[in-house]
Amino acid sequence: MNAFLHQVLAGLATGGIYASLALALVMIYQATHLVNFAQGELAMFATYFAWMLVNAGVPYWPAFFLTVVFAFLLGVLIERVVIRPVENAPVLAVVVVFIALLFILNSVTGWIFSYTIKTFPSPFPNALGIGKFMSPHEVGAIGVTLIVLALLYLFFRFTPLGLAMRAAAQNPESSRLVGIRVGWMLALGWGLAAAIGSVAGMMVAPIVFLDPNMMGGVLLYAFAAALVGGIDNPAGAVFGGFLVGVLENVLGAFVIGNELKLAVALVLIIGVLVVKPSGFFGKVHVTRV
Amino acid sequence: MPFLEAIKLHAAYGQTRVLHGMNFSIEEGRITTLLGANGAGKTTTLRALCAMVRTEGEIRFAGRRIDGRATEDIVRLGIAHVPDGRGTFTNLSTEENLRLGAYTRKDRDAVEADLERMFGYFPRLKERRAQQAGTLSGGEQQMLAVSRAMMLRPKLMLLDEPSFGLAPLIVRELFGILRAVNQAEHVSMLLVEQNAAMALDLASHAYVIETGRVVLSGSADDIRRDDAVRRSYLGY
Repeated sequence: MNAFLHQVLAGLATGGIYASLALALVMIYQATHLVNFAQGELAMFATYFAWMLVNAGVPYWPAFFLTVVFAFLLGVLIERVVIRPVENAPVLAVVVVFIALLFILNSVTGWIFSYTIKTFPSPFPNALGIGKFMSPHEVGAIGVTLIVLALLYLFFRFTPLGLAMRAAAQNPESSRLVGIRVGWMLALGWGLAAAIGSVAGMMVAPIVFLDPNMMGGVLLYAFAAALVGGIDNPAGAVFGGFLVGVLENVLGAFVIGNELKLAVALVLIIGVLVVKPSGFFGKVHVTRV
Repeated sequence: MPFLEAIKLHAAYGQTRVLHGMNFSIEEGRITTLLGANGAGKTTTLRALCAMVRTEGEIRFAGRRIDGRATEDIVRLGIAHVPDGRGTFTNLSTEENLRLGAYTRKDRDAVEADLERMFGYFPRLKERRAQQAGTLSGGEQQMLAVSRAMMLRPKLMLLDEPSFGLAPLIVRELFGILRAVNQAEHVSMLLVEQNAAMALDLASHAYVIETGRVVLSGSADDIRRDDAVRRSYLGY
């Protein structure tokens, strides 16, 4: 029983990380109706930036916040330079750009920092751990995830800029008619998504270790999470993230073994697409005419 | 000097040309109406003024050229558009829709006051304040579109069939509100309306357009008395 509880709690910790990345995917999806395959590599690249700062002697938390800012700017820059020109291109062209970004970020990271696996520090003191159930890092990661989610909720729900970003994602033409600079809202969305991803990267790196391919599996879980919750529903993506985290851990420990863990994500993706393509909370758009 | 002036305005959707050198102007503080059959280019004219369609020719607003500017910059000059099809943000609440109308404004307190003013004009919207706007009836969404435009505190309103989908009684009420807003706040208006009789009652000036050209213009009274207009648009 204790072992089971331990797996569930550890699942919640990684689930929070999947939830963050799933949220980043959903944000881009809502604005563009496309899944950004490079979301994970963006997070990985940002995590290397954090590692570089920490290695250069910057204390953890300043490095953490500098990385979030760096990821935000990187996201904005990529949207302006790479995504903007293909704004009105066919879906396939944009998908190819996403995949290209994935490979470019992956290779550039390997080229700059080498492919050897590195350890990444956890900032959380031992006092945070609750005995044999959760490590300090797991408790801390859940805490950080919840703070990020709460801040995002407050931003989108209660600030004029958050409202404008939601409006721009949903109805660009009407948004221009009330004076919203829709192009910049998209760039901001990319920046925010990359910033969230960087937090996920820094939280997952102490667990999976730092290497250019570290986000491959995480992105797959996040993708499953977003689909389970409904790809257009932020709250659903968060729920999906925690669910996928717990399922992955519990099934991996007791049912299918660690080698097949990633298959859980794939089975979930296919299962959701076949049985309920809109996910658990996928919005049924009600429109009267 | 006219408040808004279009000189040799052309507009096209891709290869399809819709406006062929329109000339018209709007006086400050007045209500001007565009009359014309379906497909004459009324909606396109309004869209051309806010750069929502590719145009050629000159558009001047308050003495400044605005052709070639982005839609959001034109809006920031004080031109609000009640678009064809209402333009509702369907997944957002009624209140959020209204607040978006005031997105570019910095005077927070006045925005709150205007929000209450809109709820005063349209009590139905107050009842539906927290409701997802996509679930509002067509008429309610039309009221929402008009009040969202007014939330900008515009200098000029472009109204594309504001009476569309409204019950006759509500239309009369809406036109009363437009008249009041025009008189109390000197908001100029360019009105496109199916109901030519009501449009001519409200407006002081009218243009009749056919296949993308102005064929007749004058004071609303003159236009109302014109035989061709009477037969074609007023039906008596």
